[in-house]
Amino acid sequence: MTDGVLVNELEEIAPGGGQDKVYVATQWQLMWWKFRRHKMAIVGGFILIGLYLITIFCEFLAPYDPHRYDVKFAYAQPQRVHFYGQNGLGLYAYGLVGHRDPESLRMVFEVDRSVEVPLRFLVQGDPYKLWGLIPGTLHLFGAASNDQVVFVLGADRLGRDLLSRLLVGTRVSMTIGLVGVLMSMVFGILIGGSSGYFSGVYDTVVQRIIEFIRSIPSIPLWMALSAAVPKDWPPVRVYFSITIILSFISWTGLARVVRGKFLSLREEDFVMSARLVGSSEFRIIVRHMVPSFLSHIIASLTLSIPGMILSETSLSFLGLGIRPPAISWGVLLQDAQNLRSVALAPWLLIPGIAVVLAVLAYNFLGDGLRDAADPYSR
Amino acid sequence: MLQFLVRRLLLLIPTLVGISLVAFFVIELPPGDYLTAHVANLAAGGDTIDQEQLEALRRQYGLDRPLVSRYFFWIGKFIRGDMGMSFEWNKPVNELIWERLALTFVISLATLLFTQIIGFIVGVYSATHQYSLFDYIATGLGFIGLGIPDFLIALVIMWYAFSKFGLSLSGLFSQQYQSAPWSWAKVVDMLGHLWLPMIILGTSGTAGMIRTMRANLLDELRKPYVTTARAKGLLERKLLFKYPVRVALNPFVSTIGWALPGLVSGSTIVSVVLSLPTTGPLLLRALMNQDMYLASSFLMMLSILTVIGTLLSDLLLAWVDPRIRMGGD
Repeated sequence: MTDGVLVNELEEIAPGGGQDKVYVATQWQLMWWKFRRHKMAIVGGFILIGLYLITIFCEFLAPYDPHRYDVKFAYAQPQRVHFYGQNGLGLYAYGLVGHRDPESLRMVFEVDRSVEVPLRFLVQGDPYKLWGLIPGTLHLFGAASNDQVVFVLGADRLGRDLLSRLLVGTRVSMTIGLVGVLMSMVFGILIGGSSGYFSGVYDTVVQRIIEFIRSIPSIPLWMALSAAVPKDWPPVRVYFSITIILSFISWTGLARVVRGKFLSLREEDFVMSARLVGSSEFRIIVRHMVPSFLSHIIASLTLSIPGMILSETSLSFLGLGIRPPAISWGVLLQDAQNLRSVALAPWLLIPGIAVVLAVLAYNFLGDGLRDAADPYSR
Repeated sequence: MLQFLVRRLLLLIPTLVGISLVAFFVIELPPGDYLTAHVANLAAGGDTIDQEQLEALRRQYGLDRPLVSRYFFWIGKFIRGDMGMSFEWNKPVNELIWERLALTFVISLATLLFTQIIGFIVGVYSATHQYSLFDYIATGLGFIGLGIPDFLIALVIMWYAFSKFGLSLSGLFSQQYQSAPWSWAKVVDMLGHLWLPMIILGTSGTAGMIRTMRANLLDELRKPYVTTARAKGLLERKLLFKYPVRVALNPFVSTIGWALPGLVSGSTIVSVVLSLPTTGPLLLRALMNQDMYLASSFLMMLSILTVIGTLLSDLLLAWVDPRIRMGGD
């Protein structure tokens, strides 16, 4: 591809067009222009921003304390929110009346249209500590009086509000991927980078180790490692153990990408010229090589996060990952493991939708970033 | 080719030694051993076991020896085909795992075949009919297939079948064949149940295959030789299958190598959900109860079979692609 064709193509993505703009644009600007054309990636990005906002403010957004239970409302069905009630416009949910089914002996709930539970925004409710630090009682929305419960997404087997649990579970599920990926990034860049840069025997040994780790089926290995996490550890320590376990395998993929990039960049002319003018090895790596593959690293990092989210969900689902009372999407889905409870309360599957949404959003964003990482390619 | 084969086989040895170390020591990681877990279980049930009896059991199982000597004890017997005793089942591990391992691989291979065939057909069609309605549907379904965890698909399908048709889709055999010895009728019965785990496990794999095949073939179709062939009046079908598809097939074959470990992994969780009589549920229990010889042997055998599968796919790739065969690495 000649320079002329290249510039023509880049012009298409530049805002307003024009060669001048393309010639003076920085690398990151070209990437941004290219990324912007990837509509699905933009959508994915917005979904992720939303999910991380939930992650930050989950205690405030959740209408109730996620651990608040009321066995009277075990498996209560989702209540619909209505906009028009007896007193005119306003948010209402009808009350639930539970009675025991004489045959199956389980609670059956019916909507009682005579009872209207008014819903309000910014209500005083269950006390919480935002990020475990700032005490508060204000919730974004909820029943006007805190004695009444409204299950927008239904209740689980202990009568806990699924919506609150889902929102609070977002924190663990969405951050475990980030923390895990950060950890694999450190290993991947250090080991992969040094392996690609120094080559020789060291490179061969590292490559063999990577091949070896990859040859073990990951989920059985993860299961074995997480079964080794002592049962009496506090939730925070379990959380970090699980991230370490997850990044134990995933750093290998990243190390390969970094090594490949190092190998190809080492032969580039600009590295040679930097060496000729007497730059130190360290300066060549940090100042010249790292910036030119940083975008690729970011793209492959983004693409490896969904795998981590899925793994955490799967492990917690099996009871080997995050454990109750800590809440994650996988922990919530554990309730859905039993076919009978799912048949009884299909809303227990709703956390699965959150998982799919997060994974797809990351995949789309990662695809867009990968395409944008190399703005000169088609 | 022979040199390539010999080198790959030699590389297997350190890999297998490494796997055996990981399989053994990972299982030894949790504090305590099977007996402490067992005592805890008994205590939870209000039962107790006296100290002397415990010590006797510990000696009997060899749990009082140091870790390293236990490893050599285990691996020495393993090589000779004796995998030790399962504490929980009080049976030789050999009796417990072979049938389950075989079923795991039947399911994985069937799924692999399913993903390859569907991925190939849909991928070729999507590439030759780029931007058609079918292409968009296939791409969209592919993305969703990649995003949904397998066990969630399993749950949703089971729930749907159960609540709509009152069907229980779990298991791999009908009631009457569950504990029956193997017979032709049992195999036929199994094939009738195999489709569900196959589809569930295959969704994400198929989605990946379609994307790979489509992208490869599109790259190939843009090349000048295709235009030349078309200009010379070659039949479109012949033109497609004679060269571009064959070249595009190459990366496709290499995916078998990583698809197989992925399937073995994935089937572990799906089996737990669908309660299939494969390695998954038993491995989970063995890990939970620290039934270490059983868990180690499972981990070891799954890894060995995966390594062999990867080797076979590499050989297949070398056979298909002379560049790999000649290049050596």
